[in-house]
Amino acid sequence: MNDITSGLGEAVRRVVTLDPDLVEITWLSLRVTLGATAIASLIGLPLGAWIAINRFRARRLVIAILNSLMGLPPVVVGLFVYVLFSRSGPLGVLGLLFTPTAMVIAQVIIITPIVASIAHQAIRDLWADYHDLLISLHASRWQRVQALLWDGRRALLTASLAGFGRAIGEVGAIMIVGGNIDHATRVLTTAIALETGKGNFDLALALGFVLIALAVAVNLAIHFGTRTERSSRW
Amino acid sequence: MVAPILPLVVDGVVLRRRGRRILGPVSLTIEAGGITVLMGPNGSGKTSLLRAMHGLERLNDGAVRWQAPLDETRARQAFVFQAPIVLRRSVLDNIAYPLVLDGVRRVVARARAAAHAADVGIAGLLDRPAQVLSGGEKQKLALARALMRKPEVLFLDEPCANLDPRATRDIEAILRRAAEAGTKIVMSTHDAGQARRLAAEILFLHEGRVIEAAPADAFFANPQTPEARAHVNGDLLP
Repeated sequence: MNDITSGLGEAVRRVVTLDPDLVEITWLSLRVTLGATAIASLIGLPLGAWIAINRFRARRLVIAILNSLMGLPPVVVGLFVYVLFSRSGPLGVLGLLFTPTAMVIAQVIIITPIVASIAHQAIRDLWADYHDLLISLHASRWQRVQALLWDGRRALLTASLAGFGRAIGEVGAIMIVGGNIDHATRVLTTAIALETGKGNFDLALALGFVLIALAVAVNLAIHFGTRTERSSRW
Repeated sequence: MVAPILPLVVDGVVLRRRGRRILGPVSLTIEAGGITVLMGPNGSGKTSLLRAMHGLERLNDGAVRWQAPLDETRARQAFVFQAPIVLRRSVLDNIAYPLVLDGVRRVVARARAAAHAADVGIAGLLDRPAQVLSGGEKQKLALARALMRKPEVLFLDEPCANLDPRATRDIEAILRRAAEAGTKIVMSTHDAGQARRLAAEILFLHEGRVIEAAPADAFFANPQTPEARAHVNGDLLP
């Protein structure tokens, strides 16, 4: 209990004094995760919607694969990306290993299936509701997709937020591909792992509180941001 | 003036689902003018026939022919489903949606939808999210949306099922006005009273076939088949 209260105190102190190290790693955490969430959403949301409204032969297989990829072990993804980008690997020439870019790539691989799967679920239900009406109104294929994406935007936002939540707290993959290098690739989660290993529980806990606060802050910001939209009340 | 899309010719239409024939063969002609009412017990194929005419069903046999190429007829007919489907938007945006699909600018579409909503008696609900409306209000919304493109043909599947007398009366008034304005109405009901009030022509279905087709007066005065007679008299069919 003592560790926890002193951790909280330490967290408050470092936040209030805008501790430069803390600001740096928090900022990097946010950048990497938001970047990964944006890219994963760009891939995952349309993919999920596409699977929901199209009938094709391998549909069940694709959905099954997608759902099992949701549980992909981050460490394995990290290892995979590491091997891909290591100097002797197929993409080694890009020199991306131990950079934030590599961390974003690893996180995109981890959260895209989550985003796509939740989006698929939501759009599938909406499509079941809307199907007859949109056919009857003679909406073109593109108009149908537009209607589904627009009216399903809240559920899609939830899909993105689920991806964000998984990415912000992820440590295994970015530890491997980022290397937890001070002032280069150190983020909140990897710093927590490091400080815990060194026995600095105060600092580790302080970083933990900042991490949780960050996740809550982003979710709240989006929650309030969308509520202002007039037509989305229900 | 574009050439009318009626009469609609249904020629030997058959629907099979899971190996069972649920409709047909049905052959009939829907002429312009007046209200045509499909009657018949549950499961007699009223919904299937309406959906087949509107083009929502894959036909296993036969054809549905309009007097214009199929693509042109699509936006000139509308359908109101038994359980009203509302978009998760405001009432106003729901009613304006068909115009938006036609490429009308959103501002213009909204203004026209607002004017139209007043005719249907839901002008007070425009800002409400459509999902929170009552059953009767949703059905009026669906009707307003269906009439938005001034369709030449309007299909309705049991539009007043589960509605109270007052909402039913409102909907019937809207339908009469639409019919007077030149929209051909083809609807199903198993409420014989409603059929008497509205119909100019009755099609009576039984086990997937149209077994009787007659002007409403003649049908109600003297049904030709035992099934229709029983239905009109309110007897329970065996």
